[in-house]
Amino acid sequence: MGAVEHLQSEYRKFVDGLSESWPAALTERRGLAIERFGEIGIPSRRAEQWRFINLNAIRETPFRLPQSFNGFGADDLEPFRYEGCHQIVLVNGRFSADYSELGELPEGVVVASLARAAVDHPELVDEYVGKLAKFEEHPFVALNTAFLRDGAFIYVPRGVVVEQPINLICLGVPEAEAVAFYPRNLIVAGESSQVTVVEQYASLGEGRYMTSPVTEVAAGPNAVIDHYKLQRESTDAIHMATFQIHQQRDSNVSSHSISWGGGLVRNDVNAVLDGEGCESTLNGLYMVEGEQQIDNHMRVDHAMPNCDSHELYKGILEGRSRAVFNGLIHVHKDAQKTDAKQTNRNLLLSKDALVNSHPQLEIFADDVKCTHGSTTGHLDDVAVFYLRSRGIGEEAARSLLTYAFAADIVERIKVDSVRRELEEFLFRRLPKGEVVRQAV
Amino acid sequence: MSMLEIKNLHVRVEEQEIIKGLDLTVNPGEVHAVMGPNGSGKSTLAQVLAGKEEYEVTAGEVHYKGEELLELAPEERAREGLFLAFQYPVEIPGVSNVYFLKAALNAIRKHRGQEEMDAMDFLTYVREKMKLVKMDESLLNRPVNEGFSGGEKKRNEIFHLSVLDPTLAVLDETDSGLDIDALKIVSDGVNSLRSPDRAFIVITHYQRLLNYIVPDKVHAMVGGRIVESGGKELAHKLEEKGYAWLEERVAESELAAAPSA
Ligand SMILES: Nc1ncnc2c1ncn2[C@@H]1O[C@H](COP(=O)(O)OP(=O)(O)OP(=O)(O)O)[C@@H](O)[C@H]1O
Ligand SMILES: [Mg+2]
Repeated sequence: MGAVEHLQSEYRKFVDGLSESWPAALTERRGLAIERFGEIGIPSRRAEQWRFINLNAIRETPFRLPQSFNGFGADDLEPFRYEGCHQIVLVNGRFSADYSELGELPEGVVVASLARAAVDHPELVDEYVGKLAKFEEHPFVALNTAFLRDGAFIYVPRGVVVEQPINLICLGVPEAEAVAFYPRNLIVAGESSQVTVVEQYASLGEGRYMTSPVTEVAAGPNAVIDHYKLQRESTDAIHMATFQIHQQRDSNVSSHSISWGGGLVRNDVNAVLDGEGCESTLNGLYMVEGEQQIDNHMRVDHAMPNCDSHELYKGILEGRSRAVFNGLIHVHKDAQKTDAKQTNRNLLLSKDALVNSHPQLEIFADDVKCTHGSTTGHLDDVAVFYLRSRGIGEEAARSLLTYAFAADIVERIKVDSVRRELEEFLFRRLPKGEVVRQAV
Repeated sequence: MSMLEIKNLHVRVEEQEIIKGLDLTVNPGEVHAVMGPNGSGKSTLAQVLAGKEEYEVTAGEVHYKGEELLELAPEERAREGLFLAFQYPVEIPGVSNVYFLKAALNAIRKHRGQEEMDAMDFLTYVREKMKLVKMDESLLNRPVNEGFSGGEKKRNEIFHLSVLDPTLAVLDETDSGLDIDALKIVSDGVNSLRSPDRAFIVITHYQRLLNYIVPDKVHAMVGGRIVESGGKELAHKLEEKGYAWLEERVAESELAAAPSA
């Protein structure tokens, strides 16, 4: 049986096993999505959007639905819990009431599992879920929609400010056989509301599995959303994610995508600026080594006038790792006074690492300011020499410059625990990290 | 014992011989000025002393405090007390000036068997040194040289020098492009660091600097060699007469040395 047929048969098992009741429209959408997945299949490298990534690992693994949840100690979760946050935990795609600690939330705010929300707030779930990310065009969004069952549901009503970040911990716990799961997360921020969400992907243990999450973000007028994604799964893990943002007028969304885990990683980040006066910041940092592959696919749609978007993605590559950056800024005909900037920078620390970077602009308006650029290079020898000539050892000098390369992304992280997490990771990963810790 | 002894040094850069048999001896406490036309190899000499790996030493010896300098890695030379103030200081975005200096100083102290300085002691120490070059405190927390003006970069080099406390400092055109006030500040900084066990090699195009930093010896470098040495009066002569007379002399002696056809 091929991979597609296998997933289709898993789908039938999945549907038969659904016990809870779901809005009819969602049930129908699942059916359409699996059908669509059957048509698209798992893309080969001939598919334009998948040219530089090798999905054989997905094709060759008969992924099953998660079965036996073995449990783990609360201590195992400690590294991912950040102090002063509302914690919501998913284990292999399913909400875990035992491990979540939602704490006290402002009036009207809902932070719950999607399955729970479908029962308690069917009107909200029906209004938003599956409306933003298009399964028709993307095989993994199609899979996620077909297998849609659980995830995090975050709703902030008009005018409410959620002071503490919401920390969504998506754990992958490998099972005896490779499993795949499809968290579906939704963040809805009403008019003039504000919320910060941290979305973490981490593994407990080694062993292959696939996470294929879709997170949809609906920013109401004048809403402010800060989103941090931390992808730190084991290198056995496959991660195929879509992050879909929809912005209404005057909203301000920032997304920071930090990725150092996973063996095969794809992040699609799409933002639709659908009202005037929107601001969209899409930053990313990926650091890969060994045989890791990471593919960041960005698309920003400027649909309305007077919006700003800034994208800065930086990559650090070692070993035989591969990175793809594909960024498209699409400025629609009426989107005058668009100010869009897109930058991708890559630092190669080994001679076998490889980057394919394709920033693109499609502009149909005539009064806009759009720039894009991409660079890929090695550490500057002159800078290394300068540091060494002051007494810093060679490894430390190289590490210091590598850290410095990443620093502007690190500094833009406003949630202290996330920033510290990333800093600590860099100190651990970089040779002579202790010198770097002292020097920054 | 001399602090630095260079004998018959030959250096090749990308297949081209730039230093062609250079001799120089510097004793503790001395200040040597090296002058010479553009492209004569002054910076190449400075960078070779600091350990730039792209420059290939094809012949000659360099002894520093009795040790084979050329055997040491750049950071080892720095830890042994050698300092180079770069002609073109390098901008290092993302690395804070002060934290970088702390890491550098502690690497050097560790090598000397001294205890590492903690943040508080270091800050007190650094503030004192900043006064020496009248550097604005804001430049401490900025990334190394990033967005610094030309003068600020040069001053920052002298600031690094004073913090790292070397035994031999090579200043590569630290005076170039400075206005008179900045020049005085830099010179005062250097003069205050002069001591019986420290030596300086000051590379410059301009005699003016030597009014402020009075050298013990002046050398003229032409075509990768030191072709004339003297006291500070040589600097005046070079400024007045230029280097043509020396270049002619070099050409003549090369002609004489060449086997006749
Ligand atoms: N990295 C390099 N690659 C190739 N050639 C070089 C390199 N560095 C220096 N050179 C050449 O070596 C020669 C000497 O250069 P150097 O910078 O040492 O001169 P200088 O005396 O310091 O000149 P200036 O007074 O202009 O600073 C020049 O001809 C220069 O072009
Ligand atoms: Mg020079």
